[in-house]
Amino acid sequence: MSGWLQHLPILPVVLPLFAGAAMLLFGETQRRARTILALTATLAQLVVAVTLLGMSGGLISAPWSGEVGAYALGGWAAPFGIVLVVDRLSAIMLTLGVTLGLATLVYSLARWERAGTHFLPLSQFLLMGISGAFLTGDLFNLFVFFEVLLAASYGLVLHGSGATRVRAGLHYIVVNLVASLLFLIAAALIYGVTGTLNMAELALRIPLLVGDERALVDAAAALLGVVFLVKAGAWPLNFWLVAAYGAAAAPVAGVFAILTKVGVYALMRFETLLGDAAPAPFGGEWMFYCGLATIATGTLGMLAAQQLDRLAGCTVIVSSGTLLTAFGFDGYALTGPGLFYLVSSVLASGAFFMVIEMAERGRAIAADLLAVSFEAFGLQDPQDPRQIESVVGFPIPAAMAFLGLAFILCGVLLTGLPPLSGFVGKFTLLVAAIAFEPGAGSNAPQPWLFVAALLLSGFAGVVALSRIGVRIFWGTERSVPQLQWTEAVPVTALLLLCVALAGGAGPAMTYFNATARYLEGRGYVEAVLPAMTVTEGFAR
Amino acid sequence: MEIVLALAIGIMGGSGVYLLLRPRTFQVIIGLSLLAYAVNLFIFSMGRLNLGRAPVIVPSFGSNPAFYADPLPQALVLTAIVIGFATTALFLVVLLASRGLTGTDHVDGREPEQE
Repeated sequence: MSGWLQHLPILPVVLPLFAGAAMLLFGETQRRARTILALTATLAQLVVAVTLLGMSGGLISAPWSGEVGAYALGGWAAPFGIVLVVDRLSAIMLTLGVTLGLATLVYSLARWERAGTHFLPLSQFLLMGISGAFLTGDLFNLFVFFEVLLAASYGLVLHGSGATRVRAGLHYIVVNLVASLLFLIAAALIYGVTGTLNMAELALRIPLLVGDERALVDAAAALLGVVFLVKAGAWPLNFWLVAAYGAAAAPVAGVFAILTKVGVYALMRFETLLGDAAPAPFGGEWMFYCGLATIATGTLGMLAAQQLDRLAGCTVIVSSGTLLTAFGFDGYALTGPGLFYLVSSVLASGAFFMVIEMAERGRAIAADLLAVSFEAFGLQDPQDPRQIESVVGFPIPAAMAFLGLAFILCGVLLTGLPPLSGFVGKFTLLVAAIAFEPGAGSNAPQPWLFVAALLLSGFAGVVALSRIGVRIFWGTERSVPQLQWTEAVPVTALLLLCVALAGGAGPAMTYFNATARYLEGRGYVEAVLPAMTVTEGFAR
Repeated sequence: MEIVLALAIGIMGGSGVYLLLRPRTFQVIIGLSLLAYAVNLFIFSMGRLNLGRAPVIVPSFGSNPAFYADPLPQALVLTAIVIGFATTALFLVVLLASRGLTGTDHVDGREPEQE
């Protein structure tokens, strides 16, 4: 049994790969088989992810010793082979990504999956890329998984077709292609100087570089930082984000909520691995001020937004900015609370994208957009009363009450009002920031700037959300949207998870703080390269 | 040899960036392709330039690394070419879809205002 368990880290990559490929064999007509396959595969991934979460937290006995599991692919030991690394941070992100993937998958089954071709295989490949990016311990492998998730996301962002999506998708694709090219330059430069692509070995080698070599690695790190900041949606590299997320179909936009966090994760991984030797873009000050500018643009965008989908895109930017700012502080005081905020905000924005799509359904503009995509694929509009019987599932009663409640809960979560997990996240961030002692340098991160930005962005969020909420839910010229159980259940589940996170804030925070303590140490490097850490006598 | 390679990368990269900033989708895709070529050459050059050395182990040379070219950048560049090829093909489809849906090849999907 334990012989099998040690292969667990590869499953989050292999499961969606095989499930997605198998779905292609079934063809579009066998919808039932595809649906069952997708649900089974995603559920299995969730089980694996939760098991890994428990193992890295020490709650379930792990097949590896210590808190970090390094899985050598094909049995080739690091640094020559590629490793997958399961630690607390990657397990948290993995579980979060798969949870969101499952929720949006269930949601899409009601309508969106039929608005185009190959939605289910593409969403499986997207999950594969996301999981792989969180697990891999190799820089070039990280590039490959980025490409996997981007290639799937290119397909998904165009799902449903229509001029708006194609236009936004075009910009999204160009920006990300250029970012991928920069990633390649950075990876090649780093390899050219250090002679390795293994992230743990890079953590050992980069601090030893001096002179020209150090300058080259710094240049490469700057490029790498730009790539991750593009993914994270940081100002000034985020102008594509609102249009792309707003135009994407609701379940796609929902799962995209985790994509910006892939960038944040990558930044954080390199920052913690390189420690004090981190080159400029991964160092504290840059990230701090970049994050502040991101919060500012997101906040202004929220206030200026006239449509809900743009507003939702701006909340994603604000949450990215908040995380960058929090991780920009020296040391690890804000890391634990930051992770709590990350989990809560990803779940909430995922739910929010789905809620607004349902709420907009009764309104004319959204209906137009939908009509185009349904027409293009020769489908009947499910809203047409004559077609009601043909809709899968049953419409739920009291749709408006449900939507209103879900909207308010999302608003409370995203702006950080009590009593839900958004508040716990922001509150602990504020407490940690106020207790923080600013460094000596004149441009060291200043806690009061962070506190002001967090409070102001929350306030602007309340203003913007309540203004648009009033217009949508209290407007007169609208029909009650038809909702199905399969659409209501995933939204409810995500919101209930946030409630559970608020209820279980104590144990959750213990886990996140333990993650922060672990990131501070050298557990990652020691687990991946046990021999090398000893021989080189590396001490931090 | 270094100067030739550097010039090639520089010219292709520069032309690529210029074309990327042009307003027509066709110019953008050619720009992306040129940039990808420049990047691929750059990755290749990161294995150091040398002549007449094989990246695979030849029995008569033994295990002395001085006889061999670095195989890793060659493997990386192969991966990069495949991925770049696939994404360019995908972008081409989106480009054509955009042309069909909006009736223009401008990247914003509409012609700028005439002066």
